[in-house]
Amino acid sequence: MTFWQRISTVDRRILYVLLCLAVALPLILKPKTQVRVSEPVRSAFETVDKLPEDAVVMISIDYDPSSAPEVQPMLIGLLRHAFKKNLHVIVTGQLALGLPLAEIALNQVGPEMGKTYGKDYVNIGYRPGGSAMMIGIGREIRDYFRTDYKGVPLDSFAFMRSVHNYRDIGLLVSLAHGAVAEQWIQFVGGRFNQTIIVGCTGVNAPSLYQYLHSGQIKGIIGGLQGASEYEALIGKPGSATLGMPAQSAAHGLIILLLIIGNLGYIISRRKKKQ
Amino acid sequence: MKRSVPLTIVFVTAVLLIVAFFIPHKPFGDLQSRFLNWYTIVSGFTFLLGLDSLTRHHLVRVFRRVEGWGYSLVLVLALFATMALGFYSWFKFQSPFALRAPFMWLYTYMIIPLQSTMFASLAFFVFSAAYRAFRIRNFAATLLLVAACLVMIGNVPLGSAFWHDIGSLVHAIIPGVSVDKLTALEGFASIKDWLMSIPTAAAGRGIGIGLALGGIAMSLRIILGIERTYMS
Repeated sequence: MTFWQRISTVDRRILYVLLCLAVALPLILKPKTQVRVSEPVRSAFETVDKLPEDAVVMISIDYDPSSAPEVQPMLIGLLRHAFKKNLHVIVTGQLALGLPLAEIALNQVGPEMGKTYGKDYVNIGYRPGGSAMMIGIGREIRDYFRTDYKGVPLDSFAFMRSVHNYRDIGLLVSLAHGAVAEQWIQFVGGRFNQTIIVGCTGVNAPSLYQYLHSGQIKGIIGGLQGASEYEALIGKPGSATLGMPAQSAAHGLIILLLIIGNLGYIISRRKKKQ
Repeated sequence: MKRSVPLTIVFVTAVLLIVAFFIPHKPFGDLQSRFLNWYTIVSGFTFLLGLDSLTRHHLVRVFRRVEGWGYSLVLVLALFATMALGFYSWFKFQSPFALRAPFMWLYTYMIIPLQSTMFASLAFFVFSAAYRAFRIRNFAATLLLVAACLVMIGNVPLGSAFWHDIGSLVHAIIPGVSVDKLTALEGFASIKDWLMSIPTAAAGRGIGIGLALGGIAMSLRIILGIERTYMS
């Protein structure tokens, strides 16, 4: 077996160790990286930034712990930005398992920014129904959410008394790891002309660009890179910025090994032909 | 009767909903809202149906000692332990999501690490599979590989650093070329942006239109009673 054949058929456990090191070492050594802000993330940031004080932002938690390392920093960044701008935040979700992540983030960012539950933000929790619920809120939010997640009536919160449907919501943010963001775009953006931005995993981001170009969404925060760009824009680096060197190293390693693997493949194929 | 009644219900409901979409006023608007409420209630009950089906399936496996019954036992125990902690947290703390509630402890220290680990382990399999199978066998595969590499490098700070190094190298060879101007071009990131914005979005639109047309065709088949597999 030649060197190149050996390279092409290297034991997968060696690959696993290499990837593990590529991810772990940057997380331990914490090298500094420059973040370049892309247009979709800047557009998302500006959409939030242009909202008038006291406007209402509805954030839908459409991801669960499997995608939390990528999407949770977006939620934290968006909450920091919204609270800094004195916006009111309503948190809901299409995935029941995602709502506790919102509660963790709200309990972290709310007190940090001097915001109070009920006065500045509420968590209205999860209701089944998916697209039916999305459309239903267009008529009256209380048809689906009479109370918050603790069973406290919505009307007992001052800012919620004036929130009835999408006309009273300045911006809808879907933080999603699947097709839920597209449902928000199709059922709420299309039908109620709601301004929407989407934060999603890196894998999902490419499928949303057509909505950005058509103006159906105002911005995309895609993957850990998008989250780190948002952190850079609000001037508060967090876990996404910390994770970028690890992602850089992993991407670099994959590209390097793809080149080596293909070189081995080409050389082996030529030798076979000869 | 067994066939014609469900087919009639489907036809009438679908036509009413389509009319309600275009005329969202009384009586159609109210009717649509009522249907949406029904849909929500029915979808809530599907959770119970799922719970029943899952529990039955795994309890049968446990009692019959089918191969791998231990996993089924763990699943059933975990399911009921989660439910018990959820109900306890609800009664004691008004919500399972209260930060000091036992359910949140389970969520923070079991569900988050387990789900994250499952998802993270995918990276290793994808990495290994890409190394072994991602070969430039033909033009299409080569195009895909080059695009994937450009998106991967353009999407991380490594791409910017690498582009800066390329700029320095070009400057060393041709001193007239400014490093700063070349670096500002952000070559890899710009290529990635173009790939995502133009070819990927174009393909996405094509797929989206195809899916929508397929959805309309299938819906029409169901409404007109041509597609009846949902009744079997």
